[in-house]
Amino acid sequence: MLKTQILRIDRSTLRPLVALVVMVLALSLLSESFFTSDNIFNVMRQVSVNLCISVGMTLVILTGGIDLSVGSILALSGAVSAGLIKSGLQFAGINLHVGFTFFGVVVVALLIGGLLGWFNGQMVTRFKVPPFIATLGMLTIARGMTMLYTNGHPITGLGAQFEYLGTGWFCGIPMPVLVAVLVVLLFALFMRKAPWGRYIYAIGGNERASRLSGIDVNRVKCFVYTVAGVLSAVAALIVTARLDSAQPNAGTGYELDSIAAVVIGGTSLNGGRGSVWGTVIGALIIGVLNNGLVLMNVSPFWQQVIKGVVILLAVIMDRMNAKEA
Amino acid sequence: MLDSVLLEARKITKRWPGVVALDGVDFRVYAGRVNALVGENGAGKSTLMNILSGVYADYEGELLLEGAPIRFRTTAEAQKVGVTMVHQELNLIPQLNVAENIFLGREPRSCMGLIDYNKMHGEAQQHLRRVGFVHDSHTTLCDLKVGEQQLVEIAKALSLRARVLIFDEPTSSLSEQETQTLFRLIDELKREGVGIVYITHKMDELSRLADYVTVLRDGHLIGEHRVHDTSTDEIVRLMVGRERKDLFVKNDHPKGEVALEVRSLSLEKRLQNRTLKLEEVSFEVCRGEVLGIYGLMGAGRTEVVETIFGLHGAAAKGVLRIGGREFLPKTPREAMDAGIALIPEDRKHDGLVLGMDIARNTTLASLDTMLRWGGIDRGREEAEAEHYRAELAIKSHSVQQPAGELSGGNQQKVVLAKMLRTDPQILLLDEPTRGIDINAKNEIYKLIDRLAAEGRAVVVISSEMPEIMALSDRIITLSAGRVTACFNRDEFTEEALLKASLPTK
Repeated sequence: MLKTQILRIDRSTLRPLVALVVMVLALSLLSESFFTSDNIFNVMRQVSVNLCISVGMTLVILTGGIDLSVGSILALSGAVSAGLIKSGLQFAGINLHVGFTFFGVVVVALLIGGLLGWFNGQMVTRFKVPPFIATLGMLTIARGMTMLYTNGHPITGLGAQFEYLGTGWFCGIPMPVLVAVLVVLLFALFMRKAPWGRYIYAIGGNERASRLSGIDVNRVKCFVYTVAGVLSAVAALIVTARLDSAQPNAGTGYELDSIAAVVIGGTSLNGGRGSVWGTVIGALIIGVLNNGLVLMNVSPFWQQVIKGVVILLAVIMDRMNAKEA
Repeated sequence: MLDSVLLEARKITKRWPGVVALDGVDFRVYAGRVNALVGENGAGKSTLMNILSGVYADYEGELLLEGAPIRFRTTAEAQKVGVTMVHQELNLIPQLNVAENIFLGREPRSCMGLIDYNKMHGEAQQHLRRVGFVHDSHTTLCDLKVGEQQLVEIAKALSLRARVLIFDEPTSSLSEQETQTLFRLIDELKREGVGIVYITHKMDELSRLADYVTVLRDGHLIGEHRVHDTSTDEIVRLMVGRERKDLFVKNDHPKGEVALEVRSLSLEKRLQNRTLKLEEVSFEVCRGEVLGIYGLMGAGRTEVVETIFGLHGAAAKGVLRIGGREFLPKTPREAMDAGIALIPEDRKHDGLVLGMDIARNTTLASLDTMLRWGGIDRGREEAEAEHYRAELAIKSHSVQQPAGELSGGNQQKVVLAKMLRTDPQILLLDEPTRGIDINAKNEIYKLIDRLAAEGRAVVVISSEMPEIMALSDRIITLSAGRVTACFNRDEFTEEALLKASLPTK
């Protein structure tokens, strides 16, 4: 019985997993510098940002929604946290200055991400705005707010703790990778064990039947957008720390890489089918592909073409899979 | 005088998986005459008309158009030779205007190959005037009332210059004035020699309109009669007159106190192509009692149980009294917390997450009882599902099989298992045996009997008269959103039930 359960989980993620293994083997043969510990850590560090975002995206897509605003939410929470750690909050009128510790900044960043995500959720559930449009609106709003906050200039020089989060190591693991792994484990467990994880699958599978089973569909939907926002903020902290600066145009286009990771990982855009583990593989495929193409000196223009083809192939395979089932 | 036959159906048989919807039925459409088609829900009226109008292409038997065999593969082919059906559920596009709907797919073209809007609206107006449509042909369809949309559908049929015109309960959404206009139009069409088929449940329309009446029952032709040779009572008797054979023997168990009292339930909710409506629906169910709700399609049966289950939220008025508490649930959760469970009519759309396995579907409505350390205990979940699989005799490889792979009867049992796990005191079952095989039906009858014996209150909706009469202690009938009658078990007759459910005006 246990065995069939493991096999069932693997069925949807098996193809992407095979693809990943094939890619890793091929690149190890084609390039001497690919399978070195330096490069592997490098790939994992690059993947960690997309992975954090994509875990949230997986939850949203499993309910049948989509979140285009993750990149902009990343930029805004990154900019605000950089601004706060550097100069705190100034209240000019009453001559008050509030400084922030590193952990204070982390909390504020996550709150901003969560708030913007919650706003997306309210748009989708209360005002019945289609998720595509609701989060498209937020994509523009949060980007604009980032520009307002930064005046379009990067904020740099963020101190040692931030630097440690970006470039430090803990128990032989780079910090960004550690954060991403924790996020993945937390949500893989959540999706598997928590009732709300089950409800997310149920809503994506059949929203009406879920409602008739007494599930508060709106609350669960609002929750997934909030999670997507919070995880964008987590990614924002990593990005900001790694560059030791918050760029006003950070995260541009990240929503696309993230959707690609989710889709390549076998999660259905119709909702109800897929997994966090699939997304991990999807994100790794994109990361390895990027890295390998750079190592093999493929022109950046061709890289884009190839990435697009991979996404299409993944969806075609998923369609064929769905037909079989 | 013999009327000339325009279109004839001979020995039509139509099979669905597991069901014979029509069994060797003959039917004739006469030029310049109205042949009314009557029968209960599920008698096969719509199936027969869908064959006549080309919706279903695979059937046994043959169609003769003016004596020559013909077989329609599509509705377009049928329309080409002049056979058109005005459907009850509207097939119009809400975002387009009236004229665009009428000429959809066959728009008049100008010399440039573009749509000739002047010509289109001009012609549309002509047809609209005949059906008594008062608005402009530029009106967007979704701004019209349902009855007016029905008129547009009829105008569309006229624009096709039909020789055979099939109406499926056309007056069910029309006002009195619109109905009279339609009757005059039908008189006109008769004079022009158009052959008309008229499906209806309204007996008074027969004498006004019809020349012939054809009765179907359970997929069989019962007979064709000239209207003036027969009477309403005779027709009703023909519609239901099957031999009384009990489906199963109901056990007697004592009735307890009132479990659910429904007071003045009202609902008005406009959907895209129909209006959900209930007016002052009141009834009560006791512990240990099975209450049947009978009514024809569109009488509001489903709306009653959906409203009780909190699915219509703010659109609903009225009050439920359960154990001294008076309230009206606004969400299914509230209803479930009050001990109510709904087994919905459409199990694929409303009952199950088809991609999920049996175990997950079984616990979906009661997942909070499956937790250990805050997480779902998969082992206990499977054991629980296994328990229900054995108890309800759900046929499957294992509880890990996706619900979508099960047969209809077994799917229904999974929905039942899901709701039974919430330990409901009041069960609302909406067409619990629709589309499932006879064995599974019998098991569900026994289950309903057992639930009542355990002291639960059960409300059953069914379109099948023998079924609802066998199951229920009392039956209330609905028509047009209102309770029309209430029968005790010793008063059950098919004729009485049908008469009480026929719409009057």
